[in-house]
Amino acid sequence: MARTSKTKTPRYKVIGTRPIRHDGADKVTGRARYGADTTLTGCLEGFILRSPHAHAKIRSIDASEALATPGVHAVLTSADLPAQGDRVVELGEGAAIMKHLRANILADEKVLYRGHPVAAVAADNRHIAEEAARKIKVDYEPLPAVMDVRAAMRPEAALLHPDIYTDEFGERINSQPSNVAKRFFYEVGTPDEAFQKAKVVVEKEFQTATVHQGYIEPHTSTALWHGDGHVTLWTSTQGSFTARQQVAELLHIPQTNIKVVPMEIGGGFGGKISVYEQPVAVLLSKKSGRPVRVTMSRTDVFESTGPTPGSAIRVKLGADARGRIVAADAWLAYEAGAFPGSPINPGCMCIFSCYDVPNARVEGFDVVVNKPRTSAYRAPGSTNAAFAVESVVEEVARQLGLDPLEFRLKNAAKEGTRRVDGVVYPRVGLVECLEAIRDSDHWKAPIGPRTQRQANGHSRLPKYAVPHAQRGRGVACGFWFNVGFKSSVTVTVNPDGKVSLVEGSTDIGGTRTSIAMQLAETLGIAAEDVNPVIADTDGVGYTDVTGGSRVTHTTGAAAHMAGLKIRDLMRERAAVIWECDPAAVRYEDGTILGPGGEKLSFQELAAKSLHNGEPIAATASISMDTCGGSFGAHVVDVEVDPDTGKVEILRYTAVQDAGTAIHPSYVEGQMQGGVAQGVGWALNEEYWYDESGMMRNSTYLDYRIPTCFDLPEIETIIVEVPNPVHPYGVRGVGEVPICPPPAAIAAAIHDAVAVRMTELPMSPPRLLAAILDKRD
Amino acid sequence: MARKRIVTARINGCEQSFLCEPRQTLLEVLRDELGMTGTKEGCSNGNCGACTVALNGRPVVSCLVLAVECDGTEIQTVEGLADKERLAPLQQCFLEQAALQCGICTPGFLVSASCLLKENAEPTEEEIRFYLAGNLCRCTGYDKIVKAVQAAAAAD
Repeated sequence: MARTSKTKTPRYKVIGTRPIRHDGADKVTGRARYGADTTLTGCLEGFILRSPHAHAKIRSIDASEALATPGVHAVLTSADLPAQGDRVVELGEGAAIMKHLRANILADEKVLYRGHPVAAVAADNRHIAEEAARKIKVDYEPLPAVMDVRAAMRPEAALLHPDIYTDEFGERINSQPSNVAKRFFYEVGTPDEAFQKAKVVVEKEFQTATVHQGYIEPHTSTALWHGDGHVTLWTSTQGSFTARQQVAELLHIPQTNIKVVPMEIGGGFGGKISVYEQPVAVLLSKKSGRPVRVTMSRTDVFESTGPTPGSAIRVKLGADARGRIVAADAWLAYEAGAFPGSPINPGCMCIFSCYDVPNARVEGFDVVVNKPRTSAYRAPGSTNAAFAVESVVEEVARQLGLDPLEFRLKNAAKEGTRRVDGVVYPRVGLVECLEAIRDSDHWKAPIGPRTQRQANGHSRLPKYAVPHAQRGRGVACGFWFNVGFKSSVTVTVNPDGKVSLVEGSTDIGGTRTSIAMQLAETLGIAAEDVNPVIADTDGVGYTDVTGGSRVTHTTGAAAHMAGLKIRDLMRERAAVIWECDPAAVRYEDGTILGPGGEKLSFQELAAKSLHNGEPIAATASISMDTCGGSFGAHVVDVEVDPDTGKVEILRYTAVQDAGTAIHPSYVEGQMQGGVAQGVGWALNEEYWYDESGMMRNSTYLDYRIPTCFDLPEIETIIVEVPNPVHPYGVRGVGEVPICPPPAAIAAAIHDAVAVRMTELPMSPPRLLAAILDKRD
Repeated sequence: MARKRIVTARINGCEQSFLCEPRQTLLEVLRDELGMTGTKEGCSNGNCGACTVALNGRPVVSCLVLAVECDGTEIQTVEGLADKERLAPLQQCFLEQAALQCGICTPGFLVSASCLLKENAEPTEEEIRFYLAGNLCRCTGYDKIVKAVQAAAAAD
C-alpha cells in the first residue's frame, strides 16, 4: 500500500511503524471480554418487549400475568422512568431533549416505530424473560404510519408529535405543529445572479434509503444496583462518560454514583453513543435486587437502534466556460426517525465542502417519520450529501467536456477556502488526494480487467463471464469535519523502564496502540514499552466518545502532553541525582543528559525513580476545539451486467489525507472498512418497509452487508499533509472513507452503461429498471 | 419445560459433560453454561458467522446447532486454536497483518479459516473469499483478513 508524504525526512522513530496491537493476543484467543461476556453471580436476563406497530397510541399496559410467571423477578414500563419535563441536556455530542430520550427508552403515550420498547422483564434466563414478556397485554390504537421524508413534510401528513413546531436556529417559524422539527439555512454570495451568468447549469434530485451501521456485536449491558444508591454498568459503548451522564440524567442518579465499565466493543460506527438498554438494565436491577443483563437480538438492533437517515436531496450547480463552479444551491431533507435529531446540519455544512464555491445556498430540514430514531453513522450526513453533489459535479464536468478529475482539481477546496457555513479552511489536503489519484497506477491503467483473483479462480466454481458486461470508471471525493473534544490520560513510569498509560477512550479499532505510539514517540521508548489500559469512569478523567475520528487525534495529543510532563519530571529527577539545575538537563530521544556529560537512559532513571523521590506519574486532560478537517478521494472500476443490473467492483483505490499516519496499517484498515460500508450503502443496503411500516428485512440474510466474496482487494494510498493543530500532525481518518463510494460507483455505472442513478441503493432491480427505461 | 439432558462432547480436546435443555443452542451452552465466551453472538440466526465453531472438523454456526445434538462430537472453539500460550500461525498472522479492528468477528473468522487451511493448504484468493463469505466483518473491508489467511497458508 502506498504512502505519499508531504514531509520529506522520516522524523519519527515509532510513528509510522506497524507494531502489533497491545490487545491483540486477547482478541485472537477469545479472552478479550466484550459486553455480553460479563458474568456475575446471580445474574438475571432481561428482555425488552417492543411495539409491533409503526405508529399507535398505547391505551393501557397490563403486566400482571408476566409478573406472576415463575422465574420472573421484575417488570418495567415507562411509568418507572422519572419524568423529564422540558429539560434539554448537553450530552457530549450534542444537546438532547430529555423527554425524547426517555420516550425512546420506553414508550409512554405512543409508540412511534416498529420495535419501539414498551416494557421489560427480568427473569432467571432469557427464555423465561421472553415468554413472560409476551404475556404483557398492551392495548394499542393503531395510527397511520408516516414512512417517507417527503410525505412527512406535507401539511396533511399524520403528526408524530403534537408539540413539535419547526425551529430555525432557536426560533419557532410556524404556528402549526409539524413533522419538520428544524430548518437550517446557509447562504454566501449571490447564487441567483451567479446562476444567470453560468455557462452550464445542472440540477438533479436524489433519494437515499435508510441504512444501518451494522456492527456485528448487538447492544448489551449488565447492571448492578448496589443497594446504597450506587450503580455499576458493564456495557458496550463508544463513550463510557456519555453513557454515565445519560443514565444519570434519565434516572436522576448523581453521575458520581454510577460507574460505567466499558467492555471491549464489537463495532459502533456512531451507533453506540446513545443509551438504549442501559437504563432498562439499571432499573431492572434496582427492582429485582439482582444483577441484570440485557442483550438485544439482531432484529432489535435493526428495528430500534442506529440507522442513518434516508434522505431527499436536490442539488443545482453552475459553472462558467473556464470550468469554474460559480454557483451552488442545495435542498436537503433528512429523516430523523421517531424523534428530532438527524445529522441534517452537518449534511448542510458539508455538502459543498470539497469545492471552492463563491456563491452558494443550502436549505435543510430535520423531519420525523415512523422509523427508529436515527443516530450517528460514520461521517453522519456527509455520505448522503456527497452522493448528490458529486453526481452533479460529474454531470457538469461532462457537459463542459472536461475530465471529471481535472474539473475537481480546478475547483478543489484548499487553505483559505470559505465553506458555506462560514468556516475558512486551514491547510487541508484535498488537492494532494486528487493528485494522488491522478498519479496512481489505478488511474493510469485501463479499466478492469477481471482481477487476478478472479483470473486465478476457484477450484470448485465454474469460471463465468457476463456476456454483455460493460465496464466503467468513476471518481469522487469526500469530506468530514472531525472533532476534537475532551480526553484524559494518566501515565505512570514503572521501575522496569516501561510505562503504563491509562486512558478513557474505548478502543474500537486499535487506538490503544495508536495512542501508545504517540506516547512512546514523545518519551523516546518503544511502543511495546507502553502498556495501555482503558479505565472505567472512576479510573480516569473525563473523556468524550470514541467518535468524530477524534481518538488518535485528541487522546493522542493528551498522551503527548502527558509525555512532555513525564520528560520534565525525569529531568528534575536527574537533576536531583546529579545535583544540578534541572534547566541544564536535556531530554533527548529517551536519554537524559546532564550539563557535565552525565547520561542516563530512560530505563536506568526509571529503575532509580522509586529510590530517590516520589513516583513519577503525570495526568493530562485536553480540550481541542479545532481539529482540522479531512478529505479523501476514491476511484473505482465496475462491471455492470445490463441483463440483471448487477454491479461488480473490479478495482478500488481509496486515497486519504491522514495528516500523519501513526500506525499505517490501522489507517489503511479505516479506509478499507469505510469503503466496504460505502459499497454496501451504494449497492445493497436499505431498510425495506411495507405499507404498514413493518421492516421486512431485519436480519443479516435480508439486510445484506458486503461479504468478502463481494469485494475485491481495496487499494489504499495514504497522503500526509500534516495537521497544523496537532503535535504530530494527525488528522482523524475514521469517517471520510465512507463518503465517496456511492458517488464514485454511480459515476462508474454511468461510465459503463450511460445511466445516471439518482437513488440509493443502486441495487440490481433499480439499476435494471433504469437501464430498461433508457432502452425504451 | 422439557427435562434437561446430559451431553458429553470433546471440547478443545477435553471431554466435558454438561446438562442442557433441549431448546438450548450450542452457542448458549458454550457461553452461558460452560463460560466459554470466546465464541461470539452476533445474530443468533445463522447469518453472521461470529459464533462459528468446528464440529467434527467442519465449520458450523453454533447458534443453529442444538446442544443436545452434540453428544459424542468433537468441538473446537477459538479457545482451542493456540498451543498453550503459543499462538497458532493463523492467530499470529492476524496480528501481524492487522486483520482485526473491533475483534468481535475474529474468533469466527479464525475458526473458519483454520478449517479452510486444513481442507486446502494452498487456497487461491478466490477460494479464501468464497470459504469465508459466511463470516461477516463490518470493520476491515476484509482485505487484511484475506492477506492474513494467505500469510498463514504460506507460513505452514
